[in-house]
Amino acid sequence: MTDFLRDTWYLFVRLLRATARMPVFVLISIVQPILWVLLFGQLFAKVTTIQGFGASSYVQFLAPGISIMTALFGAAYSGMGMLGDIDRGVLDRLLATPVSRGALIASRILHSAVQVVIQAAIILAVACLLGARPEGGLPGILTVFLAAALLGAAFAAFSNALALAARKAELVIAVMNFIVLPTTFLSSMIMSRNLMPPWIRTVSWFNPVNWAVTAARDGFQGEAPAEIVLSLGLLAAFALVCGAVATLSFNRYRRAM
Amino acid sequence: MFALLGPNGAGKSTTVRILTTLSSPTAGRVRVAGFDVVRQPREVRRRIGSVAQSSGVDPTATGRENLTLQGRLFRLPPAELRSRTEELLHLFQLEAAADRAAATYSGGMKRRLDVAMGLIHRPEVLFLDEPTTGLDPESRAVMWKEVRRLAREGLTLLLTTHYLEEADQLAQRIAIVDGGRIVAAGTPAELKREIPGDAVTLDDVYLKATGHPYRGDSE
Repeated sequence: MTDFLRDTWYLFVRLLRATARMPVFVLISIVQPILWVLLFGQLFAKVTTIQGFGASSYVQFLAPGISIMTALFGAAYSGMGMLGDIDRGVLDRLLATPVSRGALIASRILHSAVQVVIQAAIILAVACLLGARPEGGLPGILTVFLAAALLGAAFAAFSNALALAARKAELVIAVMNFIVLPTTFLSSMIMSRNLMPPWIRTVSWFNPVNWAVTAARDGFQGEAPAEIVLSLGLLAAFALVCGAVATLSFNRYRRAM
Repeated sequence: MFALLGPNGAGKSTTVRILTTLSSPTAGRVRVAGFDVVRQPREVRRRIGSVAQSSGVDPTATGRENLTLQGRLFRLPPAELRSRTEELLHLFQLEAAADRAAATYSGGMKRRLDVAMGLIHRPEVLFLDEPTTGLDPESRAVMWKEVRRLAREGLTLLLTTHYLEEADQLAQRIAIVDGGRIVAAGTPAELKREIPGDAVTLDDVYLKATGHPYRGDSE
C-alpha cells in the first residue's frame, strides 16, 4: 500500500510538472471557464425571469454548474496523456521497473482531480466578483470541489480505460465528445430542473453529471444537505466503478502485449 | 555480453519484452537473474535495467528529472540517488544538458539518457534493444565505447542488434535469430570456425545458418 501511494505521488508530480510547463495550456484552462461564466451569464441572464426558474441571479445559479462542466471537459481527455506515454515508450519503460501497477492509473486520476479543483476555485472566485455569493459558506465551497473532483476522477478513469482498450486518439476523442455534451444538457447545469421537460428530468436522475451539478449547486446555495450526501455518495460509487474499469482495462492491455 | 542478432521481425524485441516482464511467454519457463519472469516479476524488475528500442525518455521532463523519477521508483535513498544521478550525467556527457527538457535533446543524447536511466539502480542485467539503431556514426561510436566499458565492469548485458559487425565486435556470445528461432549460437570465433575457408565473416555464418543472405539493414 505504501508503495502504491509513494509511486502514485512520484508519477503525479511528473504529470503536474508536465502540465505546468505548458503555459498556453495553463492559460487556456484558466481563461476558458471564465469565458463560460461570462458568456452563459450574459446569454441566459433573462432565464431567471421565467416563472418557476427558482433562482434570482443566473451567475449564482451558473457558477457551480460551470465548475462541474469544466471538470467534465478537462478530465474526459485524460486518456490522451496515457496514449502519449504508450507511443513514446514511457509506459513500457515504467512497466519494466518495480513501480506499482495501480499507481500508473491512480496518478492520472489524481492529476485530473487536482486540476479540476483548481479550475473550480478560479470559477467560483470569478463568479463571486460578478456578484455570486457562496451562501453555503466554506462547507458549500468544499462540496463544489468534492463534486468536481469525484466527477473528474470518474471521467479521467473512464477516459483512460477507453484509451487503453482502443489505443487510438481519434476514438477517445470521438467517444468522449459523444458523451460529454449530452450528459451536460441532460443535467440541470444550464437550465433549472423545474423547467425541464419531464423525460429529461427523469433521465437526469441517472446521470452522474447531474449528481455532481446538484450536489455542487445545493452546496453553493447552502441547501438540502441530505441530498448532497446522497449525490456525493452516488458520485463516489460511480468514480470507484470507473476506477475499477480502468484497472481492468489496464490489466487487459498489459496481458495483450 | 550476449548479442541477439537478426533482421527486423526475427523475434529479438519479443524476446527482450518477455525477459523484461513486459510480455508473457506463450510456452516454456524463463528465468532472469535467478527469478522466474512470470511468477516473480517484481524480483526480476528490481534486478534489471531495460533500454527499449523506442526511447522511454519523458520529453517534458529534464534529463535530471528523468533520472530522478527512475531512481525513486527503484527506491534509491535520496542521498544515493543524488550522487548516482550526478555520476551518470557525467559518464554519459549529459551534464550541460541536465536541466533542459529532454524534448530538446538530439537522438544521440536521448539514447545516452535512456541507457543512463537503465543503470540508475545498478542492475545485475542490462537489456539493450537495438541501442544504436538510427544513430549517426559518431553517436554509435560513443555508445559502443560505453557498452564496452559496462561489460568490462562485470555487468551482464544482453544486446539486440541487426548490425552484424556490432555483434561481432562487442559480444562474447552471439545467437542468430531468424523467424522466431535461434538458428546458430556460440562465440563469434566458434561460429566462424564452423565454416571452412579464410576471411569468414558473420555474413557467411548467417548464410549457412539460415540459408539466405543477411539483409538486416534493409528496413
